[in-house]
Amino acid sequence: MYIYDAYDKQMLEDRITQFRDQTRRFLAGELSEEQFLPLRLQNGLYIQRLAPMLRVAIPYGCLSSVQLRKLASIARDYDKGYAHFSTRQNIQYNWPVLEQVPELLAELADVEMHAIQTSGNCIRNTTTDQFAGVAVGEIEDSRPWCEIIRQWSTFHPEFAYLPRKFKIAVCGTPNDQAATQVHDIGLYIKKNAEGEIGFQVLVGGGLGRTPVIGAQICDFLPWKHLLTYLDAIMRVYNRFGRRDNKYKARIKILVKAIGADAFREKVEAEWQHDKDGQATLTEEEVNRCKGFFADPDYEEHIDKDASVETHAGTDLLFSHWLERNVTNHKKPGYRIVTLCLKETGVATGDLTDGQMDFVANLADKFSFGEVRVTHVQNLVLTDVRLKDLYELFQACKQESLATPYVGLLNDMVCCPGGDFCSLANAKSIPIAESIQRRFEDFERQKNIGDITLNISGCMNACGHHHVGNIGILGVDKKGAEFYQVTLGGSADRQTAIGKVLGPSFAQEDMPDVIEKIIDVYLNNREDGENFLNTYKRIGIEPYKESVYASAD
Amino acid sequence: MPALIKDGTISENTWHLISKDTDLSEAIENRGNQIMVHISLWQEHKDELAASSKNIAVWLDSDDDAYDLASDVGDLPLIAVNFPVFKDGRSFSNAAILRQRMSFKGELRAIGDVLRDQMFYMKKCGINSFELSDAIDAEEALAAFTDFADNYQSTVEDPAPLFRRR
Ligand code: SF4
Repeated sequence: MYIYDAYDKQMLEDRITQFRDQTRRFLAGELSEEQFLPLRLQNGLYIQRLAPMLRVAIPYGCLSSVQLRKLASIARDYDKGYAHFSTRQNIQYNWPVLEQVPELLAELADVEMHAIQTSGNCIRNTTTDQFAGVAVGEIEDSRPWCEIIRQWSTFHPEFAYLPRKFKIAVCGTPNDQAATQVHDIGLYIKKNAEGEIGFQVLVGGGLGRTPVIGAQICDFLPWKHLLTYLDAIMRVYNRFGRRDNKYKARIKILVKAIGADAFREKVEAEWQHDKDGQATLTEEEVNRCKGFFADPDYEEHIDKDASVETHAGTDLLFSHWLERNVTNHKKPGYRIVTLCLKETGVATGDLTDGQMDFVANLADKFSFGEVRVTHVQNLVLTDVRLKDLYELFQACKQESLATPYVGLLNDMVCCPGGDFCSLANAKSIPIAESIQRRFEDFERQKNIGDITLNISGCMNACGHHHVGNIGILGVDKKGAEFYQVTLGGSADRQTAIGKVLGPSFAQEDMPDVIEKIIDVYLNNREDGENFLNTYKRIGIEPYKESVYASAD
Repeated sequence: MPALIKDGTISENTWHLISKDTDLSEAIENRGNQIMVHISLWQEHKDELAASSKNIAVWLDSDDDAYDLASDVGDLPLIAVNFPVFKDGRSFSNAAILRQRMSFKGELRAIGDVLRDQMFYMKKCGINSFELSDAIDAEEALAAFTDFADNYQSTVEDPAPLFRRR
């Protein structure tokens, strides 16, 4: 993990001092509500339906056990004993008191954490694939590059008052679990014929009201130009992005309006000035950052372990868990374990302070003291020895963290929705729960197989509904909560935006609707085809017919 | 005249801001000796303005393009960039462009809705004078320049990013 040096620490301390003073001036009436707004937002603080909400950054999803314990103690001391893992590798507290926030931030700083730029019209937390550094077949570990981008984007003086929020994702894995193509900037790490590292650069992806897949503006950007090129993109966006209409202010609208080619030309023209300038990355800096993400001390010669098979033979739940939650690792003898936070009846992504402490202990015992957070709201232990799997599984079971659902229907993504979020059109948590109850039976889920179901409580699409194989969007119909369904979305290297099925449904009908959609799939699938591929083959019509025919 | 901070000290503000809709004769008749005219008036009446007895500076609104001043920067003692509302961040880029791309060496002033809490970033983008609204205590605002001890990026003020200095 990256470790702060004196410079990083100083900057964080300066920020806390600054925000303490800003809060004081606001409470003293020296700063207006309007003036304080962007300042508190850039420190992660929203005013929500019930109380302020504080969003803490988990840079590119990496946490140490020490940091996770701190997040737990903050949930205990400043909140109601739980917190919510969001779809952007952040964590959110729903009940802090404004007056205490500077104190809370100071506690976070003790463990090198912060809430900087987690909201507001600025560059947000850079995200990546949760398997970075351990994935089989990885092109290059994205974490050092994310850290380089984190530093570049933190307190960037020119880009703190952008037209709108700005999100960057970096991916160096073959599968892309970072939804890279629906970010304002998506960076795929590549190697050229000479084996040199570079980036394929996509711009203008995004969800929200107008879902768009990013357009490529550079096929191979040599690594040393990363920051100068990003500066050029940001400058073009800062100057030409629309500011007259909040809903048309994201970079995707600019790229659409002038076209990807014209956008590229503007970026290139701007970039020519700074290319090879002082902001050009040095080998020394890249190596410094890479040094923080070197492999831990893996044991050798532990690739075989009979105990796993023995236990799998006798413990059915364990064998399910092995199948769904355990992924191969680049190092023989090790496995990546995903802890699914989707226990039915618990709001998706919520974790209690006790569970956080518990996971921190697991990380210390089984995975070199590190935890990853995924954008589909699960936690990951990246470096578990084969021989420890059963012990880990049993421990997880006791804390309701052994749900063997990963990648199945009940592993759904769900935003906080109308229960917490002031922007919501409809609740999302109860929808998730009612569907989970309907499909509770594991064998049934297993039979359905790989599928993603994403739920958002409004157009802002925090639940990434457009890119779920099944997407559910809460809409407001004359004051009543309704739900629109989309099909065929995906967020991997073949990203697709889902298509609207038809008129929206009442809350109580949702489990039936999903069940009908699943039945169409099961009745039509051909040998081993997953949900998405059947949909691609047969199109949306059969689903429409089934769902709306019987709804009459 | 609004209070002014220039090069880190509270200074006398001697420049008169001429609003966008003012025409040439009105601008020249302004009592002040030093006037800041909008870029559109400057572009249209460069010669007349230069021939007048006034000292002329130019101001850019946030939707103006700093590159349009490319051929003039050498002659201008002062360029101002306007922040119509503090949320409008375009003038940060215009300021940086004037310094980096056009090597503008004169006074670069922030005018409009200038917040104390933005002054640190403004300074990093090459702005060296700040016109403050009455609501801001200039003495207190001076502290803004020390909000942060350092920054990661390559900026107008420190072209070498932190990674080259660490
Ligand atoms: S999608 Fe809408 S309801 Fe859900 S968290 Fe985002 S803003 Fe709130």
